[in-house]
Amino acid sequence: MEDDLLVAENIRCAVGDRVLFDELSLSLQPGELVEIRGPNGSGKSTLLRCLVGLHEPDAGEIHRTVDSLYVGHRSGICGRLTPIENLRWLAGIAGSNADDVSIRAALGHVGLGDARHDVCDSLSAGQQRRLTLARLLVSPAPLWILDEPLTALDDDGRDLVGDLLTRHRTTGGAAVCATHQALPTVPAGTHALTLGS
Amino acid sequence: MRLFFTQFRRDLLVAVRSRSDAANPLAFFVLATVLLGLGAGAELAPGVIWVLALFANVLAVEGVFRRDDDDGTLEQLLIHAQPLFPAVMGKLAAHWALSGLPVAVLSPVAAIMLTGSTTGVGVLVLTLCIGTPALTLLGAIGSALTVATGRGGLLVAVLVLPFYVPVLIFGASASTAAMLGDPVAFQLLALAALLAASLTAAPFAVGKALAISQEY
Amino acid sequence: MGWIKTTFHKTGSPRWFFTGARPWVVGLYVFGALLIVVGSTWGLGFVPPERLQGNSVRILFIHAPAAHLAEAIYVSIAIAGFVFLVWRMKMADMLIQAAAPIGFVVTVLALATGIIWGIPTWGTGWVWDARTVSTLLLAFLFFGLVALRQAIGREDRASRAVALLALVGVINIPIIKYSVEWFTTLHQPPSIVIGEKPAIAPVFLIPLAVNVVGFYCFVAGVVIAALRARIAEREAGTQWLRDWMSKS
Repeated sequence: MEDDLLVAENIRCAVGDRVLFDELSLSLQPGELVEIRGPNGSGKSTLLRCLVGLHEPDAGEIHRTVDSLYVGHRSGICGRLTPIENLRWLAGIAGSNADDVSIRAALGHVGLGDARHDVCDSLSAGQQRRLTLARLLVSPAPLWILDEPLTALDDDGRDLVGDLLTRHRTTGGAAVCATHQALPTVPAGTHALTLGS
Repeated sequence: MRLFFTQFRRDLLVAVRSRSDAANPLAFFVLATVLLGLGAGAELAPGVIWVLALFANVLAVEGVFRRDDDDGTLEQLLIHAQPLFPAVMGKLAAHWALSGLPVAVLSPVAAIMLTGSTTGVGVLVLTLCIGTPALTLLGAIGSALTVATGRGGLLVAVLVLPFYVPVLIFGASASTAAMLGDPVAFQLLALAALLAASLTAAPFAVGKALAISQEY
Repeated sequence: MGWIKTTFHKTGSPRWFFTGARPWVVGLYVFGALLIVVGSTWGLGFVPPERLQGNSVRILFIHAPAAHLAEAIYVSIAIAGFVFLVWRMKMADMLIQAAAPIGFVVTVLALATGIIWGIPTWGTGWVWDARTVSTLLLAFLFFGLVALRQAIGREDRASRAVALLALVGVINIPIIKYSVEWFTTLHQPPSIVIGEKPAIAPVFLIPLAVNVVGFYCFVAGVVIAALRARIAEREAGTQWLRDWMSKS
């Protein structure tokens, strides 16, 4: 359809002889959330990396019509830089025009307002994870691709993820989310896709 | 250009925050000069300074993408930097500014220590200024290809040292010729041509190799 | 133009290649070995000693074909690398995998025979001669291809990295050769240049040509055999391979 943000058609991925998924199709429209479930090793991360363009599927096609934002297992945060510097760099390479005011506001929103000038190496794992959440606030990308966004977060942080997702969807964004634990607030309009069954 | 400078500034900042990492190539170069002077005696050709600079280069460039791969900033760069080319150039420029450039600047000291003369030192510095960026670009290909192995070290050296040969030949030859008072124009032109060729081709090979390294 | 596409697809199919290539292996082995025996016997036994080099010229009948072949193997690997990166043809990757160690061995053979030839002719086993140095570097390029593949754990990632390295290498080979040539003519021109490029007497040329063709055929046979072994390894457990095994 015309307003699809992301379309994946009949994609197939295999590691060696083991087929992770085959003939998998998926499309995302504004406001949609697709939750990808499955045990470890079922290909969740590989699928997400295909969707964001890091991995080329063995067969099938993927079309993205908008910018995407990817949060993977690795934080994407340089430990030698402060939270502000990290976000500035990310905004810089993504070509978004996030200014320091919005970056500060985002850091305050995720509870890192006081730590914004500490180098990230000195932050705890949960705080670093919160910094990746601040990326969601700063980035204008309409398509979020999140791999296990709840890892290392406390209850408060989980609620924050739920809020962010809801807000993103009501403003016309869409998200694909891989989890092995249920998202805290699963609003209506969520599709679930289970791999490895 | 915006991508180039964003990446350039960020990498300089990271290097400044980890000062000792940034100083290692230079420290290696000076130490190797001392060791060579002790082991082989003075009165060596300026060509050996080129060899030392080359080793310092390969040791430094070997890990240029390692930290970014570990913390995931490399995959973010691949996703967002459109096109990748200027960002890779920015990264390598920052890397060179802290490895090749200081070595080139300090090479007169090494020349005096090892050859006992200042003749032709200007040409030595000039060849290093033209030659070491070409080495960094070529070495980055090897470094990018081995990112996926999680280790690089000697493997990078084995992969890229054959590619370093032309740069070494012209750089060392020009430095030696300058010391003897022979003409050096041809070697300098050849070096410049090598730099131009690596500037055009290497970043694409590096980008492709980085993309491969992030495949699952 | 249709036949080009068909051939491309057919050679791209491991199954088609595996079953179809067996007679070729045998044929190339026999034909290549025959030519090598003829060429070498001719070269070793019936060619008159060379005016300046004496009997040591005879080793060139092994050395020159090996040196030639080494470069041809690298170029084939690079072409396969291009095909693999662009069309993701698995056969091209398996070809690289099969040919790289063979290329290394052939290059080392060329170097070893060159050194043996150099001792009586140049008075030393090692001379900073352009061909010698670039052949040694070529050996390291082959070595790098093998080493990189072994260092990368995941097979598909390793394949693509190696293909890229082969391409980068093939662009560099002429540059390396040219610079080494420039270097050697500047410093130390080889003391004797005969027996190489300028004017080879026909009496030497014919057995040499026979040996060159023989080497090409024989090594092509080895590469195809190695490629079939790779296919068997990768396709192990597939139905068609089991059927084929039970038939033969």
